Amino acid sequence: MAQNAAQENDQITVTINGFEVTVPEGSTIMEAADAASIHIPRLCYHPKLSLQGSCRVCVVEVEGQRNLVASCCFPAVDGMVVRTNTPEVLRLRRDIVELLIDNHPEDCNTCERDGNCELQRLARDMGIRERLFAGERKRYEKDDTGPALVRDPEKCVLCGRCVRVCGEVQDAACLSQVHRGFDTVVMPAHNAPFSETVCTGCGQCVSVCPTAAFVERDSTREFLDALADPDTIVVSQLAPAVRAAIGECFGFEPGQAWEGKSFAAQRRLGVDVVFDTQFAADLTIMEEGAEFVQRIQNGGPLPNITSCCPGWIKYAEHFHPDMLGYLSTAKSPMSMQGSLIKTYWAERQEIDPKRIFSVAIMPCTAKKFEATREELFIDDQVRAIDCVLTTREFAWVLKHMGIDFASLPEEEPDSPLGESTGAAAIFGATGGVTEAALRTAYWLIFGEDLPADAIEFYETRGLQGLRRAEVRFGDQLLHLAVAHGLASANRVLDEIRAGNSELHFIEVMACPGGCIGGGGQPYAGEGELPLDEVKLQKRAQALYDLDAHRPERCSHHNPDIQRIYDEYLGRPMSHRAHNLLHTYYYPRVPLGIRPQEAQV
Amino acid sequence: MLYQREVLDTPEWWQSLDQFIARQKAEHPQSVQTALIPVLHYVQDRFGYIPEKAINHVAQSLGVPTSYVCGVASFYSYFSLEPRGAYTVSVCLGTACFVRGAQAVLDEICRQLNVRPGETTEDGIFTVSDSARCLGACGQAPVMMVDEDVHARVRPQDVADILAEYTAKARAEMAEARATAEA
Repeated sequence: MAQNAAQENDQITVTINGFEVTVPEGSTIMEAADAASIHIPRLCYHPKLSLQGSCRVCVVEVEGQRNLVASCCFPAVDGMVVRTNTPEVLRLRRDIVELLIDNHPEDCNTCERDGNCELQRLARDMGIRERLFAGERKRYEKDDTGPALVRDPEKCVLCGRCVRVCGEVQDAACLSQVHRGFDTVVMPAHNAPFSETVCTGCGQCVSVCPTAAFVERDSTREFLDALADPDTIVVSQLAPAVRAAIGECFGFEPGQAWEGKSFAAQRRLGVDVVFDTQFAADLTIMEEGAEFVQRIQNGGPLPNITSCCPGWIKYAEHFHPDMLGYLSTAKSPMSMQGSLIKTYWAERQEIDPKRIFSVAIMPCTAKKFEATREELFIDDQVRAIDCVLTTREFAWVLKHMGIDFASLPEEEPDSPLGESTGAAAIFGATGGVTEAALRTAYWLIFGEDLPADAIEFYETRGLQGLRRAEVRFGDQLLHLAVAHGLASANRVLDEIRAGNSELHFIEVMACPGGCIGGGGQPYAGEGELPLDEVKLQKRAQALYDLDAHRPERCSHHNPDIQRIYDEYLGRPMSHRAHNLLHTYYYPRVPLGIRPQEAQV
Repeated sequence: MLYQREVLDTPEWWQSLDQFIARQKAEHPQSVQTALIPVLHYVQDRFGYIPEKAINHVAQSLGVPTSYVCGVASFYSYFSLEPRGAYTVSVCLGTACFVRGAQAVLDEICRQLNVRPGETTEDGIFTVSDSARCLGACGQAPVMMVDEDVHARVRPQDVADILAEYTAKARAEMAEARATAEA
């Protein structure tokens, strides 16, 4: 078989460690080795990012080459003879990693990566058991000015993945490698504090960082303090995507939703009232759906662009200040829920909102920033959300407090802000908001539900960066676009700006895969790379399974949603709904400059 | 950095920068990143360094992310991100000059300007160079240079007069700039 394939023009055969492997022409040595089940250690390499070839960890010996070559960016050619594990290669590779380790703090015991660190794993694989080189080590201050992220350049190994994910996947280009040689450091322009940059807080730099040079801002202390204070009423909410990933922190395989256990876990921590962000996701659909239908019937402004994602909102404020009018004014589910906890729920319970500590468990680092936006506060002294924990932080708190997640029973969230439909569950996956909105928009327009067999919109599902769909509603053809990754969003926004867009609705999520790939989700484990599509698909599937098994699958069928409109809000877009559930956006400085404009 | 602000930082110059950027963009239609280096040279030629304000301006007009401009400007040793004086003073510390007392001259310059070698005076008039080895004028040792002017056989007691000459020039330029600005 292999020989036949080798004779075709576009196939080449390479010998690696004495084994022949046939791969498509244009493959790199690393790709050929992967195909031959030979793992070459790697650090700066990431399959979703451009090749940098800077870390040299993946060096191999190629017959006829004077020096070792970086296999991630060296093309394989027919007949090439490669050796990846000779004593010399192993020794040199170990030296390279040793030099990285030598320039790195010796604080693995206390590091945020908790043993889940690519550098540490590399050191283990290289067999580094002592520090042979004791030289000068770089010293930098941490930047912890940002509401979402902390940058710790001392832990940076200069792999450049953060720079590339920020510039290539997110089109934000907040980060760059500055200075040269030993003094090189990854930083925003002018070494400005994060709070004064175009950083969206999406946290993808955290996702791809092999060490802890980027981490989320820690909120676990304030949460534990609130739990310990007997006068404080701790009220929680949990985002859809968290339940699709939290089990990974406890050794479970992705692909199932740990919904009931997550609610049970919060009660065992001592959370007084356990609500569900999915309730507010249904509410978001009611408000955003009504707004969308209103915009269609009143002739604009269209397209209606979703506003659930705080990274996207801040990005739009920096990079698309001229387009803010297209954004839905609906607050995100997290902020809607926070508003209702401290108004509707507090009033009904006759509790002073100042006594409520509202904590949101999110797959997201940018939500920490959203929680600090003053226009989302209840008033001068009361914030809608007091604290945001990422999925990782939530898992840590559970371990810290001795909650045995695996053996927890399945429990339900509390009423009245806990009930949710299947439409809310799929918010966590890219395309989910669009699908949920369509289900309710149809009902809003025609006064009846979609047929049961037409409730699922497969054209909006999947992991392609920018997907388009056309959906026929009666005599109206709706043009939809779903973008995840901010660079994908830019492609569709450029069309609108150019004036050649027929789109009615655009969903934008900053993170690859949507919230399931959020910057606050569990780190990639042993043998995995961040942003792995198979893992993202499994997390998404867990949410689609939840949807499929919910008795109600359209937001407007949520009985508690119907009740809150009857008792409190009136109808979608009412005056009170506007006050509590809608917001506004404003241009931010510095004005963002997109990297691809540089290659016009 | 009074001198830079008053004499060099003029609206006319920023207009000329915009024209220069427009020309560079036209010359490099394929990649504006290619135009970045000449534009940074243009800025450095004016100020002797690349001010933060200029980085932001160049990034916006050229359409290159500010972080990338910082990366490029900080990578090349030719570009300086630290302010430089209107005049660069260097004292040759080569063997001949050194044995003829150059160190005492350098010390006197630093004492009078209240800076260490490598630093710039607060008024932005002088930067004292921290490295000058044999300038090839050993016959006139010890040698002191102010920009391109060579001062031969300098003694510590000559330093004050030499510095005063350039200070006066710079102050005159500043006065003229102020007068122009007011008019």
